[in-house]
Amino acid sequence: MKLNELKPGQHAIIEEIEDEFLSLKLLEMGFLPGEKVFCRFNAPSGDPIAYSVGSCIVAMRLSEAKSVIVSNLTE
Amino acid sequence: MFNALTGLKQKTSNFAGTTVDKKSGSFLLSDQTRVHLTDLPGTYSIYPKSADERVATDILLNKNNIDYPDRVVVVVDAVNLKRSLLFCTQIIDLGFPTIVVLNMVDVAEKKNLKIDVNQLSQLLSVPVVVINARNREGLDKLKEIISNKAEKQFSKFYQINPAVQEFLDELKPIFDDNNSYANLVKVHRTGVATHQLQNIYKIFEKYEYQALKLQQRETIERFKKIDYIVVKCISKINVEKASTYLNIKADKLLSHPIIGMLFFIIIMLVIFQSVFSIAEYPKSIIEDQFNNLSLYLSNVLPQNWFNGLITEGVIPGISGLLTFLPQIAILFAFLSLLEDSGYMARVSFIMDSFMRKFGLSGKSIVPLMGGMACAVPSIMATRNIENVRDRLITLLVTPLMSCSARLPVYSLLISLFVKPKLLCGVISLQALMLLMMYLIGFISALALALILKIFIKNEAKSVFVMELPIYKWPSFRNLRLNVYERSKTFVTEAGKIILIVSVILWFLGSFGPGDQLQKINKKYEAFEKSTNNLTQELKSQKQAELIEHSYAGHFGKFIEPVIKPLGFDWKIGIALLTSFAAREVFVGTMSTIYSIGNDDDQSNLREKMLLEKNKITGAFVYSKATALSLMFFYAFALQCSSTLAVVYKETRNIKWPLIQFLIMGFMAYASSFIVFHLMS
Repeated sequence: MKLNELKPGQHAIIEEIEDEFLSLKLLEMGFLPGEKVFCRFNAPSGDPIAYSVGSCIVAMRLSEAKSVIVSNLTE
Repeated sequence: MFNALTGLKQKTSNFAGTTVDKKSGSFLLSDQTRVHLTDLPGTYSIYPKSADERVATDILLNKNNIDYPDRVVVVVDAVNLKRSLLFCTQIIDLGFPTIVVLNMVDVAEKKNLKIDVNQLSQLLSVPVVVINARNREGLDKLKEIISNKAEKQFSKFYQINPAVQEFLDELKPIFDDNNSYANLVKVHRTGVATHQLQNIYKIFEKYEYQALKLQQRETIERFKKIDYIVVKCISKINVEKASTYLNIKADKLLSHPIIGMLFFIIIMLVIFQSVFSIAEYPKSIIEDQFNNLSLYLSNVLPQNWFNGLITEGVIPGISGLLTFLPQIAILFAFLSLLEDSGYMARVSFIMDSFMRKFGLSGKSIVPLMGGMACAVPSIMATRNIENVRDRLITLLVTPLMSCSARLPVYSLLISLFVKPKLLCGVISLQALMLLMMYLIGFISALALALILKIFIKNEAKSVFVMELPIYKWPSFRNLRLNVYERSKTFVTEAGKIILIVSVILWFLGSFGPGDQLQKINKKYEAFEKSTNNLTQELKSQKQAELIEHSYAGHFGKFIEPVIKPLGFDWKIGIALLTSFAAREVFVGTMSTIYSIGNDDDQSNLREKMLLEKNKITGAFVYSKATALSLMFFYAFALQCSSTLAVVYKETRNIKWPLIQFLIMGFMAYASSFIVFHLMS
């Protein structure tokens, strides 16, 4: 499944990032394969969304979260 | 840390992208060697994604750059150790003698993270110093390490893949550098060595080179090694969840569709209310002090032209500006609080989907809000917007935001026609009017963005990926520093221009062509003889006639036809023209014009302007229509030479400042014209 399908409060494990350009930026910010990601909260309009990864909070748009493949969804 | 070492006072905040340009300073070591320190904008890695990150990597990769360092001090955030180490290991691999400064250790300890500093130093094989920037702990140790000699080092962390190594070996002679990793990074930056591009591309084809793929692989491999280091160095003792829990709660509330928006609006209202009400008291003190000073000097100094120049030219000009300093300082204080607490980043986040509709990004909010203080640093702050079009549109519309230089103009004009009454006993009507002017600025910025969106093509995909800092209590020290520094810059920069303008104006206003002024003086002398004494009315009539026939008067009359349709008289015309150097000059110019010849009249500028009458019709000059029309003119016209200069510097194309100036000029003239004719 994809990161944008995560609802606030859900955890998942990052598998890979599809978008080439975005991939490097997200990798550098800590979105590494095998890393745990947590959906924190979303903006009033539902987009963008803030995720916790490692020890920081990263916000991105739904269209960008779509390119991150995740697995092992847990509440 | 930079401030602590150099003793300089640079602005800091709880926010990525505060430092978007390099800052330099220097300090002495114990053996009297002077060390030049350059603070570079933060970056996640050696591969820049936006203009501010490029500033840092440009310096680090170009040996011929004057700022190219002998050694690099990498500041590593103890709380985000893993992520901070990425750039750190890249710097070490580039061969720089590196010193790691471990920052935020106190915060990490509160989160029960214990970092083994010796272990970290060993694994990185570079010295590590723990520094607490707030209490200057560890600074001496850092200075000591800096004074030790250091040798160039060679790549250690990232083992370059053999296939890539072969490719790099072929490139070695082209780059004339033995460090393979440095060469690899340079290869990734196309355009670095333009005259060698032909050769490079041939080698690229041979090895099927793909920059992004290589960079991704590098990043993943680096993080694998970093993971090992982090596991070895950090021990966690039962991680407590309380602070993160509070942070999540706060974010849920502040991003709530209703509560979040309400909170934002209330904050804005509080700011505008304070700008008017709190500032009132210091403002009147400053006003009185300057009037006393001027009165005192005019009695003490000998009665000659110099007396007039000081008491009617320079002092009114400077005091006209300084009386508005309290308001500006309050505005700066609030902006600093918003940035420092981490709320500003949330505003970007919340506003992104709204801003996207106008061809902007959530990140545009920061320059736009900053534009309420001053457009110049805000235009530089657009550097951290990755997308070229988003950035260009943002920097073109930022000057429409009402900056602090417009604040004195608005305050003065609003006080002319809005009574200082309270609405429902709480909100002042004047603050509400001011808020409206700021809204007009914001709305017109959005509207212009929407139009520009049609004309400026988007070459790359617009992205919005940003880190949100955790909330923290703003430090009082930071607040004081930010307000002090920004106010000082405002006063000195504007002060210089105002000083010059007021001197020139006084001369132009006090002398006239030929013997016109003498004739007027003689005419009134004759009156005086016949009636023995001049009435107050005749006296002011004399002053009016004198200034009208001065050089300034002639000049003002010359441009009057152009501005008459907007409801302005020639005195406003002169102020408008001088304002093209900088807007805040308006108030200074008006006080100088209204002071010339009035050495015994110490009523303030506002009262003088209120009494001003049109000589022909006898109506008051500053009617609601004129004041409003004037405010609209200032809201839109790009009367700021520094803004034009910085737009040119950031876009490197004369086209953009020119277009900006013309569009805003047109908006100013048209809106003033419409407002004046609707109101009168």
